[in-house]
Amino acid sequence: MNRTVRAIPTLLRVGVAETIAYRAEFLIWILTTTLPLVMLGLWTSVAEEAPFRGYRSADFVAYYLATLIVRNLTGSWVAWQISEEIRTGAMSMRLLRPLHPFVAFAASHVAAIPFRGLVAIPIALGLLVSSGASSLTTEPLQLALIVPSLILAWLITFSILFAFGALAFFITKSMALLNLYFGLFTLLSGYLLPLPLLPGWIAQIAEWSPFRFMLSVPVELMTRTFEPADLAIVMLGQLGWTISSLVLALWVWRLGVRRFEAVGG
Amino acid sequence: MLRAVDLTKHFRVHKRPPGFAATMRSLVHRKYEVVKAVDGVSFTIERGERVGFLGPNGAGKTTTLKVLAGLLHPTSGETEVEGHVPFRRHADFLQKITLVMGQKSQLIWDLPPSETYAMNRAIFDVPAAQFRDTLDELTELLDLAPLLDKPTRQLSLGERMKCELAAALLHRPRTLFLDEPTIGLDVAMQLAIRDFVRSYNQRHEATVILTSHYMDDVVALCPRIIVIDSGKLIHDGDLRGLIKTMDPDKRVSFTLTETITDDALAKVGTLLKRDGLRITLRVPEREIPAAVGHLLGPLHVADLAIEDPPLEEILRVMFGRAKDIREAAT
Repeated sequence: MNRTVRAIPTLLRVGVAETIAYRAEFLIWILTTTLPLVMLGLWTSVAEEAPFRGYRSADFVAYYLATLIVRNLTGSWVAWQISEEIRTGAMSMRLLRPLHPFVAFAASHVAAIPFRGLVAIPIALGLLVSSGASSLTTEPLQLALIVPSLILAWLITFSILFAFGALAFFITKSMALLNLYFGLFTLLSGYLLPLPLLPGWIAQIAEWSPFRFMLSVPVELMTRTFEPADLAIVMLGQLGWTISSLVLALWVWRLGVRRFEAVGG
Repeated sequence: MLRAVDLTKHFRVHKRPPGFAATMRSLVHRKYEVVKAVDGVSFTIERGERVGFLGPNGAGKTTTLKVLAGLLHPTSGETEVEGHVPFRRHADFLQKITLVMGQKSQLIWDLPPSETYAMNRAIFDVPAAQFRDTLDELTELLDLAPLLDKPTRQLSLGERMKCELAAALLHRPRTLFLDEPTIGLDVAMQLAIRDFVRSYNQRHEATVILTSHYMDDVVALCPRIIVIDSGKLIHDGDLRGLIKTMDPDKRVSFTLTETITDDALAKVGTLLKRDGLRITLRVPEREIPAAVGHLLGPLHVADLAIEDPPLEEILRVMFGRAKDIREAAT
């Protein structure tokens, strides 16, 4: 454990170097996270004349720009990386190092976050001065919980995608399952629509599904005001999903790695 | 020490004949076959030994290496390397071993090798002073200085292989698994890698287990040979012993100064090859003095070389016999 902690600063430094080396691909990846902007254009025009189910045009601006920021900071591509490394046998090299691949992948992804911020933070500033400012929360406790909530959202997303990646130990083309996952994510996380706008029963499922805690909860902390008791429940729910998804990721990995075939070379 | 007892590793492989109909059938009904990649192999290797694994493609050499390095869980049998069960991949075990695969890279593709070295130093928790000493030693032995700060993608295959070796050895492992470490390299680079491996083995009393398609690598580096065919161990012993058992006759090669008939040559030995005035004969070891006397006397040859049969030839005969035995048994 101590060895792992001591290795982290170097892993982060090398992760930053890798991010910079892949800057073109990285920029393209950031720029393709555009669904919230499309939805923003659509819903602001719908709510232009009158609020739609309580959402004013400014509420939609604040919601989708917050969604864009959260998605940029918490999105992950680890499932594809793991799946590809398992399929090609490149994972062998990681398994020969005394460092759990969860930590190695996490460090390289965390190292990329400041660069995602380079895009997300100017958007956040734009959000503050634009017409969405009136829809942002001013509650000090909620404001203080935004960063912890973003960290937990990142951990849930990373862990679930890590588990999906590790499914490649069992199913060679596990990435097909990821299409199903992204369908559910888009609907139930609030990425497509604010959750209160979903049909009743879907909204109920969404409220306690992990997807809400991966995206909607940090967005909600920025854009709506919680009662103290609700805030506590939401944060505990997010913590619960973080622990569950971490356990799931490590469990799938542990079961799967026994089946590794180390193909090639 | 390294020990394998009755080691087996089986893979379940999806079998599908070619064609559209077979493709559609495989949607609903798949046929699987169990491939016995390693089938009851046992051996012990002592600290500091250099051992070559030989066998045809698909014989199970690399699978055995991967089981010993902890990458694969064995189907059955026992393995012990440096006092550990490999597949558990305990940090202390990984600290003591390394696996170099000629066709797999651990270097970060878009960064210079020095970045991979820094990362390995951190992951293996190598003290800074030891890291500097080891890197200096490896830089000198492998002539790495001009390569350390070039992006890996811009290195030639040979340069990359030298950098791979250094990355694999920075934590000073005591057991080296080398799987085709010279594949695709030119002769000069093969020699450099061979010299380096021998030198590392001697300096650090490291155990070296090598697979290579280049027999010269194996002959030059490995006093002991383990031959695996179809997952089974068919020979374990020294190289000369293997050659003597399989083909005790010598190869006598020479260039004639004037043409003579095949009948005249037959008095000296069995004619294996005739290329103009260049001749290769097969001669039993006990008849070598008489043959040499004859060649240097009445026949006036220009040059003369007496050698063991080529290892490739020995192995071809050996694998042919093993195949015949398998076919007879089925």
